[in-house]
Amino acid sequence: MPAQSTTDEDFDSVHVCLTDEPLEPMVAATSSEEPLLAHPDAGAMLWFHGVTRRKTVQGDRVTVTKELSYTAHREMAVKQLRELAHNAVQEFTLHRVVILHRMGVVPIGQASVIVGCSSSHRVASLNAVATIMDRLKKDVPIWKQERFESGDRQWIHPSPTTDDPTTH
Amino acid sequence: MNESRTIEVLLFAGASEAADGADRVIVQSHDHITASELMKQLADQHAALAPLARRSRLAIDQRYVSSDHVIPSGAEVALIPPVSGG
Repeated sequence: MPAQSTTDEDFDSVHVCLTDEPLEPMVAATSSEEPLLAHPDAGAMLWFHGVTRRKTVQGDRVTVTKELSYTAHREMAVKQLRELAHNAVQEFTLHRVVILHRMGVVPIGQASVIVGCSSSHRVASLNAVATIMDRLKKDVPIWKQERFESGDRQWIHPSPTTDDPTTH
Repeated sequence: MNESRTIEVLLFAGASEAADGADRVIVQSHDHITASELMKQLADQHAALAPLARRSRLAIDQRYVSSDHVIPSGAEVALIPPVSGG
């Protein structure tokens, strides 16, 4: 399947993208030449990388993940991410917000999601990144499939009553 | 009197898997149907989807809707199981 990217760049303050490509080089490339988070009034720039974890411990149970695979309702997800980013700009008085989410297979140690914020002071960006991740995990129509070392595969559909989203 | 109508419902992730990999199913329905009625008919007509459908939300034209929302004719209808991005 050819690589696809769905990008929203309607507004300078917000950059949102779903892509089949690795995210780290995208951030590295833009960080040197045309920094996505740069703003003359920014006193803080913060990047968060959510990466594929090998081992998950839940009580006595340990599962070993080989890789994750992501799918999405792409158009809806981009709309939701754009709205989420714009709301964060207003709510936390941010200069820039970047949300990148990878689709398809993401090997251990690679980023499935990268969120970046810049603001005049650090607290706004620190709070904004946490809030953006919480809302992304609650509402944006993206799903991960766990592919275990055992060969088993499982779509993850958390239960709001039994699963804590902060542990995902 | 309500006219009969078919509604195409988009499926993703575990819902698609439960439907043998189909990316959509057809629900036999009627005009002026609400989101909650459609969810019930979806579960009745596609039993394999019922367990996950009970925990899912409905999106109409890429927006989550409340249970009493009437499904407009020609709208995009998507079953959104609990999400797990990030």
